[in-house]
Amino acid sequence: MLLIPCPWCGPRDQSEFSYGGQAHIVRPAEPAALGDGEWADYLFMRDNPMGAHREQWCHSGGCRRWFNVKRDTVTYRILAVYKIGESGGEGEGGGGAP
Amino acid sequence: MSYPSQGRRLPEGGLIDRGSPLLFHFNGRTCSGYAGDTLASALLANGVTLVGRSFKYHRPRGIVGSGAEEPNAIVQVGEGALTVPNMRATQTELHKDLVAASVNAWPGVSFDLAAAAGGLAKILPLMPAGFYYKTFMWPQSFWRHYERIIRKAAGLGRAPGAPDPQRRDKINIHCDVLVAGGGPAGLAAALAAGRCGARVILADEQFIFGGSLLPGDAAIDRRPARDWVGRAVDELRAMKRVRLLPRTTVCGYFDHNFLSLLERMPGQPLAERLWRVRARRVVLAAGAIERPLVFPNNDRPGVMLASAVSQYVRRYAVRPGTCGALFTNNDSGYTAVLDLLDNGISVAGVVDPRTTVHGPLPGRVRERGVKIHTGCVVTNVAGRRRVRGVQVMTLSQAGNTVTGKAATLQCDLLAVSGGWSPAVHLHAQSGARPVFDESRACFVPGESVQAEQSAGAANGVFDLAACLAEGHAAGAAAAAAAGFSAAGGGEAPSAEPAEQAPLMPLWLAPAPPGHGKRFVDYQNDTDAADLQLAVRENYRAMEHVKRYTALGFGTDQGKLGNINGMAIVAAETGAGIAATGTTTFRPPYTPLAFGALAGRERGQFFDPLRKTAIHQWHVDHGAEFENVGQWKRPWFYPRPGERMVDAVNRECLAARGAVGILDAGTLGKIDVRGPDAAEFLNRIYTNAWDKLKIGACRYGLMLGEDGMVMDDGVTARIAEDRFHMTTTTGGAAHVLAWMERWLQTEWPHLRVFLTSVTERWATVSLAGPRSRAVMETLCGGIDFAAAAFPLMAFRDGTVAGIAARVFRISFSGELCYEVNVAAGHGRALWDACMEAGAVHGITPYGTETMHVLRAEKGYIIVGQDTDGSVTPMDLGMEWILSKKKDFLGKRSLSRPDCVRKDRKQLVGLRTMDPQEVLPEGAQLTDSRIVSRPAPMVGHVTSSYYSACLKHSIALALVKGGRARMGGTVYAPLVDGRTVAAEVCSPVFYDPEGAKQNG
Ligand SMILES: [Zn+2]
Repeated sequence: MLLIPCPWCGPRDQSEFSYGGQAHIVRPAEPAALGDGEWADYLFMRDNPMGAHREQWCHSGGCRRWFNVKRDTVTYRILAVYKIGESGGEGEGGGGAP
Repeated sequence: MSYPSQGRRLPEGGLIDRGSPLLFHFNGRTCSGYAGDTLASALLANGVTLVGRSFKYHRPRGIVGSGAEEPNAIVQVGEGALTVPNMRATQTELHKDLVAASVNAWPGVSFDLAAAAGGLAKILPLMPAGFYYKTFMWPQSFWRHYERIIRKAAGLGRAPGAPDPQRRDKINIHCDVLVAGGGPAGLAAALAAGRCGARVILADEQFIFGGSLLPGDAAIDRRPARDWVGRAVDELRAMKRVRLLPRTTVCGYFDHNFLSLLERMPGQPLAERLWRVRARRVVLAAGAIERPLVFPNNDRPGVMLASAVSQYVRRYAVRPGTCGALFTNNDSGYTAVLDLLDNGISVAGVVDPRTTVHGPLPGRVRERGVKIHTGCVVTNVAGRRRVRGVQVMTLSQAGNTVTGKAATLQCDLLAVSGGWSPAVHLHAQSGARPVFDESRACFVPGESVQAEQSAGAANGVFDLAACLAEGHAAGAAAAAAAGFSAAGGGEAPSAEPAEQAPLMPLWLAPAPPGHGKRFVDYQNDTDAADLQLAVRENYRAMEHVKRYTALGFGTDQGKLGNINGMAIVAAETGAGIAATGTTTFRPPYTPLAFGALAGRERGQFFDPLRKTAIHQWHVDHGAEFENVGQWKRPWFYPRPGERMVDAVNRECLAARGAVGILDAGTLGKIDVRGPDAAEFLNRIYTNAWDKLKIGACRYGLMLGEDGMVMDDGVTARIAEDRFHMTTTTGGAAHVLAWMERWLQTEWPHLRVFLTSVTERWATVSLAGPRSRAVMETLCGGIDFAAAAFPLMAFRDGTVAGIAARVFRISFSGELCYEVNVAAGHGRALWDACMEAGAVHGITPYGTETMHVLRAEKGYIIVGQDTDGSVTPMDLGMEWILSKKKDFLGKRSLSRPDCVRKDRKQLVGLRTMDPQEVLPEGAQLTDSRIVSRPAPMVGHVTSSYYSACLKHSIALALVKGGRARMGGTVYAPLVDGRTVAAEVCSPVFYDPEGAKQNG
């Protein structure tokens, strides 16, 4: 069970959170302008890195806020936690678009 | 009270309380033991040496070990609801009136049908490695015949026959240092960390602390080690921040230093408590497990680990035999000989494959006049139900065969020691990889990946002095890493270093031609030949060999046999042990009951139960309930003598003909507020919301971003910046979370707040031609004339004197009003409606009637008529898709797969026989099936008998359905019949909507 530091509440057990998948996937501003392939990329295609991965988590059993977590998918170490709208810095796992 | 004599109990000694005799029952026999015994030690004291039968060959088996490693003494403890299978007798603390039985002996241990026939292997075809795969998997249909016989003969215990009457607790706790294991290293670590001021938890699976010190005669700080244990425990007990957990197994090591501990309650071994610990640092001091040796007939009852012999003799004052012998490849095994001799048990000799044996321990054994057969191995064990003697032969120069004439040692107990395997289980569970240490011939902990450190025998350090030093250092280091000053740790306890000669690795003892089976895994009857056969058949990876031979698949998870097995495989493949590696160590370390994991979260505490404000009325009026999500909803209200179908037909006719009343309080309700609320709804729903007038409602459909229907409901505009949204009963939480996520992560600039108000409102729905009359009696200040209060409008006013919001919406197709009042007034509202409606024949109806009424109108239920793969076009709802704006899921609707012509579309079905109600879920075909598999063209999603229409109705998703109007589909049923049905419009009742608009 991971120990996840919620940016608003502090470290809490994983069982208080829900997982939201890869972070920094921005909804296209004009979906109608996209081809089927581009839309499918946005809709379905996700990274599956071995190592640092930026993902969204929600403190659903607590403050109910969504936030970003940079987590190592091998060791499960949490490398960084940052709020929605923040980039979380560059480096492994790629910089997060705000 | 009289106690049966304990014929094999030594007259004195041991850590047992001879003042507290205890009666217990084993396989129907009444025996006696003492407080301080385990079931295993008490059985040995009573002369019980045969405790089970082996899985495959049904060979007699005796007690081998003294702890978690025990593969044979697996027992069913307790009776009735309070029974647990697969307990290790060696870890079962004896208590008054304990009842236990062997699990693997049908019909009994002494007389065993399967063994009489020569074991399962004789009853069934020969059972070599992979026998399940080779023999039973083909033809597949035979498996059920084999399985019945195997299960009965193999007898792996039984589950309790009744619900668990015990209350089981779970405790969540944080600590600075968790120490797993209370032997010398663990005690030293806990003392050091505790003295530094850290919050320490010290857990040990035994009921007393001390571990390997308990049977021994070592000295610590120049005093007997047992005294040091006592003082250490006293000191720890006096520390306020230290928690001592005896009888507690650290059974799982999970991510981020989260560990689970199972504590057994004293005197009631079936009562357990689960500790969920988050530790800053962990010290693993779980000790080591002695390895047996692999030689012919090494499974005879009376063959026992040397360390277990010492435990039984010294800790429990039991004679495990009358005359012993030892087969060892290392010095530590000699301790057992000294312990036997010290307690008046003769020893026939020692067999040691090493050609020179010169350490201090063997020296003391020689001084006592016991012959050491150096350069020799045991090549056979005589006796079937009990060891009668062992055969000894000389190892060849090369060490791979035996030569010369066999000698015989007369004995009924053979102590064996093949060296020690550090208990690296928790270390491996933490994600680290144990590595093979050639010099010590064992797997030792590798690099840590979590905040843990191994110490003592668990770290491959077997000398007491070194264990104490390492434990102390680990405890102090753990406290320091957790932020305490290590200076407070005090002095490490000290002991005299003992000299031991190196062991000689002996993974498989050579044997003469025609030798008996050399068992590696006792519990699964895997022998060396099975492993060699697996390698010859080209199973190379250890994980594959494991699955092919069942090595380590028992309830003991191969604690005894796995390392020997890997080494045998490594020798056969030539890959070497380090490269062969271990199989995966998975939690739990020892088995634990599901009940311990479930704790109190069962029965009514498994999931919250939600009831509406009017629930008690439904109970009082005999409603049958149905679970909808967490809600209890009235399903139908049977009158005396009515079957369900009668009640539902009556309720349907009342709603269509007069007025029905429904408790609709479970509908999800979300308050959507803020300057951008309308813009937000535009994005969430497929239709447009900015032009909706205050006081009006609109039906909305929500899609996932993949274009599939997710939820639906009616939303009303309360004010310019405020909407009252309703969702399906089951979808409310998901819809709220979905909308929150878009607001927080994608559109944080939208000024919108969402609040769940489901429980704030009670909702009563009146449906039927007389509903207006009822409302007019009850209400003040609202004009119910059709023109003044049309469909899809709402009005604020009072109903029965209660402030209310009345919606004119219809899910039944009738004239219908939904009255919302504050939840606390819900029951008063319901009572008032029933009273006012009495003259109109008001009839309460439940969810079943609600479903029939809506299906007659062709209204879908999301989650019943849709399944996550249905688009609005599939439902014929193109009319609700805005062309002017974007909305979630819109782009997906033009993906090639969403515009396929042969997509399943919602249609109605009318069976040729009007009384035939199709089963929901029934598959549909184009023609009567002539050969299988037949192509499926769709399935039935909703199906009822319509009392109003006097024929059955069904909704179905059918490929290209709307082009099939008037055509026929067929439903092949489980009972063999095929029912024909005509494809029709899904709207069966009042297609023009005259009723609901009336
Ligand atoms: Zn939080």
